[in-house]
Amino acid sequence: MKLEEFQAKELLARYHITVPPNGGTMTQVEELSNALRKCGSAPWVIKAQVQTGGRGKAGGILLVKTSAQAKEAVQSLLGKKLVTAQTGAEGILVRRVLVEKTVEIKRELYTSIAIDRKKGRPLLIAIAKGGVEVEELAQSSPESIVKIEIDPFTGLEAYEARSLLFALGLYSTDSKINQDRIQFFKNCVTAFLNLDASLLEINPLAVTTEDQLIALDAKIILDDNGLFRHPDLKIAEAGGTVLEQQAKRAGISYIALKGNIGCLVNGAGLAMATMDLIKQCGGDPANFLDVGGGANLAQVTKAFKIILSDKNVKTILVNIFGGIMKCDLVAEGIIAAVKEVNLNVPLVVRLEGNRSEEGLRLLSHSRLNITSIKDLKEAAQKAVELASGVPAPTYS
Amino acid sequence: MSILIDTNTKVITQGITGEAGSFHTRACKEYGTKIVGGVTPGKGGTAFEDIPIFNTVKEAARKTGANASMIFVPAPFAADAILEAAFAGIKVIICITEGIPVLDMIRVKEKLKQIELESGKVWLIGPNCPGLITPDECKIGIMPGSIHRRVSALRTKGQVGVVSRSGTLTYEAVWQLTQLGIGQTTVVGIGGDPILGSGFTEIVELFEKDPETEMVLLIGEIGGSQEEEAAKYFKEHMTKPLISFIAGKTAPEGKRMGHAGAIIEGGSKETAQNKVTFLKSMGVHIAPSPTEIGVTVQKVLKSR
Repeated sequence: MKLEEFQAKELLARYHITVPPNGGTMTQVEELSNALRKCGSAPWVIKAQVQTGGRGKAGGILLVKTSAQAKEAVQSLLGKKLVTAQTGAEGILVRRVLVEKTVEIKRELYTSIAIDRKKGRPLLIAIAKGGVEVEELAQSSPESIVKIEIDPFTGLEAYEARSLLFALGLYSTDSKINQDRIQFFKNCVTAFLNLDASLLEINPLAVTTEDQLIALDAKIILDDNGLFRHPDLKIAEAGGTVLEQQAKRAGISYIALKGNIGCLVNGAGLAMATMDLIKQCGGDPANFLDVGGGANLAQVTKAFKIILSDKNVKTILVNIFGGIMKCDLVAEGIIAAVKEVNLNVPLVVRLEGNRSEEGLRLLSHSRLNITSIKDLKEAAQKAVELASGVPAPTYS
Repeated sequence: MSILIDTNTKVITQGITGEAGSFHTRACKEYGTKIVGGVTPGKGGTAFEDIPIFNTVKEAARKTGANASMIFVPAPFAADAILEAAFAGIKVIICITEGIPVLDMIRVKEKLKQIELESGKVWLIGPNCPGLITPDECKIGIMPGSIHRRVSALRTKGQVGVVSRSGTLTYEAVWQLTQLGIGQTTVVGIGGDPILGSGFTEIVELFEKDPETEMVLLIGEIGGSQEEEAAKYFKEHMTKPLISFIAGKTAPEGKRMGHAGAIIEGGSKETAQNKVTFLKSMGVHIAPSPTEIGVTVQKVLKSR
């Protein structure tokens, strides 16, 4: 689960990681004067709360010196579609802004902690410069990236943090400052481990004119599988579309795409392979959908409803490989679901595996607008043909 | 021959009294797997059908001589179940459970390293996997046994070892092989999580050493770099052909495609296209589409 900046900063503050003083977030400009009062004296910074990189360059972060300017900034941002390098042309809607007091800083750096899949351990990365593209830097000058493997049981040791200070030019002649900086990095690691995070990124990490380390911007992604351990984190899911969130609650993995052929598949790998096949046959998948292992009537009905909420969908391809699941039961589920949702687009169903013959027979006797096919490639071609209106080439 | 499991494998189920645990224990037993016991804390001394239930893995292993465990314990407790099995001396552990926190798996792997230093290699398969099967001998997992076939019709040899990160896509591939009369030595589903007990390379290495396995089919997907590492191993050390299909050519960046491990991370090279290009450059045969996995294997078999 990806968190918004303000949520990430709230969590960091719980772990005693310094963040700029703020007046909270708002969804309407009426709340502004209260927020400014909470922040303290000007200047302030108004930050769009959207999950995309490149916010600053796209005009999503505005520096203001008076409350009149602040009001103008909030009004201009709320309801605006922010187009950044990562969002594509359609942009992303700003529903919420964060108001912060500006902090005077001496220098900017970068730090993050993520899971290194290859090593099977968390990895802390730090760079002596802030606002950098880590991926680019990893290519151009890998030696400028400081890396520390994290012990998952004990976290960051003081000597490791100290070596980090030396490498980043953060080691001071003042031992109190060093103690604080060591603690800052140790707290970041503790937060990462305790929160079951899969990413914790502070970019930029800054040194204030008072020599304090501070998280100017923060990004946290939590491991969905670890959320059960954190019932206290009442954080609304911020990522994904409304449909994606609905699907998630129903135990269905759904991701909207731009094509017009809806897909309903059991199993994530097979779902991806089905999308690939549609593309190879000249069509475009409208979604990724893994209905899960059970694929009972309720799941299938919900899946159809989710797929049909996408108005671009011209036809639906169902691909089920019955392993333990019996295909005739799946077919009964499909027939009932089609009747319940009043399906108004053509449906192509491919059933294979356990009792697939019986399943296909049920479908073809149903008198519904269902084309049932045993061969996967043939089924994909049929779906492409139905979606485009152009007959597919003769199948040999 | 086969890898990891055969007719001598004696299996216990951890979480045998749960819904999935009891259903699949029965299915494995019907397939012919030697299920010798189950573990559910607090239900020791009772039985599931005629399978004895124990309170701890240690007791189950001591009294039944089990050498493998199949885990259906719910996600919050699954990491603990893996460690219990490993500390009880079980050397082949298959964790079917989905949804285990990544940091739990990282800690499990660290502890397994300690155990291995003292008492040798532990083969953890999964988590979030369908399990593994040596057709006609032993099935530990949730895959349908009937789609598999052991001996090839093509000639006396010609059996293929299969390793995959996926579930139903593996069934699809195996079924294509079976319909073409191509047998399988062992089919291993390593799971879809970012941190796994055993990776592609380790399993491919076992197949390379197995005299009966003539070639290896690897079914990969977007995310991570396991496919590339296996391909490097193939290029440097393998004498047998490697055939691969990679799913996810149409997957968008930054979205998790069902499996926790199937995500193309921003700016990275973990796309299906990049994987395919790299695998080809290492000499791996690539199945161009999910419907041509079987025929690609067949072509390579016939060319030998």
